[in-house]
Amino acid sequence: MNQVELAPERTRTAADTVWFEHVSWIDSIPRSVAMIGLFVVFIALWQFLTTLNIISPIILPTPLEVAEDLIFVGANLVSGDYMLGALWITTKEVIYGFALAIAIGFSLGVLVGETAFGERAVMPYLVAIDTMPKIAFAPLFVAWLGFDIASKVALAAFIATFPIVVATAAGLHAADDNARMLFKTMGAGRWQTLVKMKLPTGLPHIFTGLKIASVGVMAGAITGEFLGGGKGFGELIRISASQLNTPRVFSLILYLSLLGLALFASVTWVQRRFVFWHRAEVRAAAEG
Amino acid sequence: MERRQPELISAAAALRPTTRQAAPPVYELRGVSKTYALRNVHALDVIDLQLAKGSFSSVIGSSGCGKSTLLKIMAGLVPPSRGSVVLAGKPVTGPRRDIGMMFQQATLFPWRTTIENIVLPIEIRDGKGAARAKHDAARALLELVGLKGFENVYPGELSGGMAQRAAICRMLITAPEVLLLDEPFSALDELTREFMNMELQRICIDQHATAFLVTHSIQEAVILSDVVYVMTPRPGRIVEAVTIDLPRPRTLDMLSTAHFGAIVQAIRDRLDKEAFL
Repeated sequence: MNQVELAPERTRTAADTVWFEHVSWIDSIPRSVAMIGLFVVFIALWQFLTTLNIISPIILPTPLEVAEDLIFVGANLVSGDYMLGALWITTKEVIYGFALAIAIGFSLGVLVGETAFGERAVMPYLVAIDTMPKIAFAPLFVAWLGFDIASKVALAAFIATFPIVVATAAGLHAADDNARMLFKTMGAGRWQTLVKMKLPTGLPHIFTGLKIASVGVMAGAITGEFLGGGKGFGELIRISASQLNTPRVFSLILYLSLLGLALFASVTWVQRRFVFWHRAEVRAAAEG
Repeated sequence: MERRQPELISAAAALRPTTRQAAPPVYELRGVSKTYALRNVHALDVIDLQLAKGSFSSVIGSSGCGKSTLLKIMAGLVPPSRGSVVLAGKPVTGPRRDIGMMFQQATLFPWRTTIENIVLPIEIRDGKGAARAKHDAARALLELVGLKGFENVYPGELSGGMAQRAAICRMLITAPEVLLLDEPFSALDELTREFMNMELQRICIDQHATAFLVTHSIQEAVILSDVVYVMTPRPGRIVEAVTIDLPRPRTLDMLSTAHFGAIVQAIRDRLDKEAFL
């Protein structure tokens, strides 16, 4: 335990009442130190387990091997060799899949969230399909669309559509009664109410759905490549795994995660531009 | 036949005693009742009331006495089951631009600046060009409510009282014939609320506004109003119209006078007898 003085004052006299609050030492480590420290401990444990052969190197390579392979794959990517081509194919699948999911998911979301017909007739079917293990549809997409990127795009979009539908529908319901009544008293029509009030109110929800979808779209594209072949990054991973080249699998996954991270970050960036008011509101609410 | 109705009504109104004899009624409800057929709820019994031009009226009653149903009928949001609802000589058959409304929550939209929020009713009805043309009028209103210089601020940066001031501007931008106020300051703290009530009085006098306030607070109703309508529930009806003879402009000092206390007590007695059976 160490002691943190609340409201420290340099010109304190003996008559002042001084308070101390006890803070556990582990909670007083600075953020950066804590993060790097945890990483170092993790790598050290990993290195220890693998170099002492407690875990077989075929199952788990040493961190050093992975680092060497990361450099190799990185060099391959930078030189524009076959790996860059594979990454580009996967990137295209992800972008097309995401765009398709946004287009379909947003349209269905507006249908479900805005119309009684959509909510009553369409939503039950969407829920039914959503509860199915969507990855199981992968062989069907391959059969329908072939081994080219179309089948991967379809699976990626299929997985990513549902979070967007649900988030859009929920977002359209997020407006409170006062806002609805206000728009009524102003004589606003349905379209005006949707565009000027319901959609902007629902944007924070919609972006939450997009973030979930951005994770799903990556999973869909890679699963599609595992099951449907092609020339993407998923195929490289599958080949490396079948050759028991585990360091390569690790480094490919790490580079792939950069793609996922970039997608997630761009959604977040767009969100900050579009929903500029929301962070201020959350901060205000937190401050009470 | 339909067309002659307003004249008949104003003729009938002239025969009835009004709070300010000189002023003709702007808003008139005659024999208005409301039954929700689906649930068979008799929300409003026969309601007769008139709002004289430039007068401030309040309706007070416990929760569920039909106040909000009455207000929704007056705002043109729900139709009455029976009776006539006439504003400025024309029957109210839906939302109208000459009805201004304000709620407990300011309901400003956080993606619009204060001035964009204020001209929203114009934008909805007449489009963006007309709304832009009203920016000068909106700035004048902001000055009236004491928010000069806040036009380009987003609502997230306004305090609760400031947000309600902006909501007042939004209500006034269409120059409505009548202001319908649904507990406008009840979400504010007591001190801010009293202050805002005085501000509301000032603004209403400045704009020669006809106002109708729904509230839970007897004090608030008395300090603001020329007439206080006392409502009782099941079915909702007006049991008494209390004329408040305190001089204008009202001040917060009046809250502690014996006369004010006596009026409040009289209204409370009326409510106690009827409302909590």
